[in-house]
Amino acid sequence: MIEALMQYEFMHNALWAGLLAAVACGIIGTYVVVKRMTFISGGISHASFGGIGLGYYLSHYISWMTPVIGALIFTVASALGIGMVVRRSKLTEDTAIGIMWSLGMAIGIIFIGITPGYIISDLFGYLFGNILIVPISDIIMMIVLDAIIIGVVILLYKEFFALSFDQEFSTAAGIPTERLYLILLGLIALTVVLLIRVVGIILVIALLTIPSATARQYTHSMKNMMWLSILIGMASVIGGLRLSYELDIASGATIILFSAAIFTISTIFTRLCRHRTHSEAISTD
Amino acid sequence: MTDEVIRLDDVWLYYDGMPALEGINLSLYRDDFLGIIGPNGGGKTTLLRLLLGLVKPSRGRITILGEPPNKGRKYMGYLPQRSLFDSDFPASVMEVVLMGRLGHTALFRRYNSADRDAAIEALKRVGMLEHKDQQIGKLSGGQQQRVFVARALASDPEILLLDEPMASVDTPMQAGFYELLESLKRKMTIVMVSHDIGVVSAYVDKIACLNRRLYYHGTKDLTKHDLEEAYQCPVDLIAHGMPHRVFEEHKDQ
Repeated sequence: MIEALMQYEFMHNALWAGLLAAVACGIIGTYVVVKRMTFISGGISHASFGGIGLGYYLSHYISWMTPVIGALIFTVASALGIGMVVRRSKLTEDTAIGIMWSLGMAIGIIFIGITPGYIISDLFGYLFGNILIVPISDIIMMIVLDAIIIGVVILLYKEFFALSFDQEFSTAAGIPTERLYLILLGLIALTVVLLIRVVGIILVIALLTIPSATARQYTHSMKNMMWLSILIGMASVIGGLRLSYELDIASGATIILFSAAIFTISTIFTRLCRHRTHSEAISTD
Repeated sequence: MTDEVIRLDDVWLYYDGMPALEGINLSLYRDDFLGIIGPNGGGKTTLLRLLLGLVKPSRGRITILGEPPNKGRKYMGYLPQRSLFDSDFPASVMEVVLMGRLGHTALFRRYNSADRDAAIEALKRVGMLEHKDQQIGKLSGGQQQRVFVARALASDPEILLLDEPMASVDTPMQAGFYELLESLKRKMTIVMVSHDIGVVSAYVDKIACLNRRLYYHGTKDLTKHDLEEAYQCPVDLIAHGMPHRVFEEHKDQ
């Protein structure tokens, strides 16, 4: 009885964590998809492993340090760093991203390795997510990060919209696109950190793209796309958690598979509809 | 009125040590309509980007209504050569035109009713108002181009920069586009870049030829010598159906 309740309590936190992650994913994922920032988002999420490792190591020496706080600082810094390097140097963007991607991972592996008494399952949890052991402190952090993301996007909605559509024109129109782009990268970094607990570093990119890519099939409005992505993300979390519980399989991966299934069905469905209206249009001609 | 609107003093631009523009001097006055022709890669688009402050000159000075380009942007409407965006980008025509108002609306603020009125006015001017709620990617290339002209006009610019405006306009829509140009003439200063000498000569008041150097005499006349220098090859002066003569008669030698 107590065990079952404990189980329920864990599921409770897991569900909250998943839903909070879906909010950030829906909003920022929409920008990632329409502005084609998947690769840089992948770079940012993998680089975050460096922060996890640093935080893991330093938490033995600094009392307030945790892997997640380490990831937060390191990921935002590397996102801004990569944004500036790409703008200021002659390095092409994809090369710079590739370097950041692997450098972050390498730093993470080394620091976790030299941490006294490290546990291999911890490492696994950060790489592939461990939503079932989300502590309440992480939930609070997720609420704060969601609030920051929502606040910034409301304030800078029209600027981010223009930036996504046509960066050069937006600069010519007189908005500070370089700084806005860095802010957007910073928000991607926050979203990545929010997602690490839920699906892990390796799978972050899936939740940043799949719900928004699905939503895009149904709407021509960016705001609606955000709302719909949030709902699809939430459905994926609830469905995936439920399924992973029933089948006793990895929750993060199940959430991803669930969202991919929604995307696949939706793609087939919208294709069929389009085909149908198309052939109807032909037959009425 | 002879207010100087655009001024370039000995402007040079280097890319990787190679000169892209050499010693450009140019003065444009209120309501001038300048056409810039020249071979591909001659720096036409780069010159517009300099005016907008998107690139900085390696040497020399540019002033837009007495201010440096990045401050002068607010006076300018810009039609880029092409806007690359995904055809299913979630943006309506109205949302695209409103982007023209970015420089007039403070950061953090939403577009207000004045912005919307200006956008609607601009859409009327290009005859695209009935499409305002359509998704931009679903329009034809010519219609999109009209929307982008509306976006450039939405800021009520004093200077309009057009980069190859005819490039993506289909033939049936070109006549309408010429009318639009006529209606804008003498209401604002216009700089139009085009590789199409015929189009340029028919509509503009002044012509310059650009190939790293600018060949410009403040008039509509270009000498055969100028053109040959700019294009680096003998230029055929025969052009069909041009309403106006572009070139001086070949007198010398």
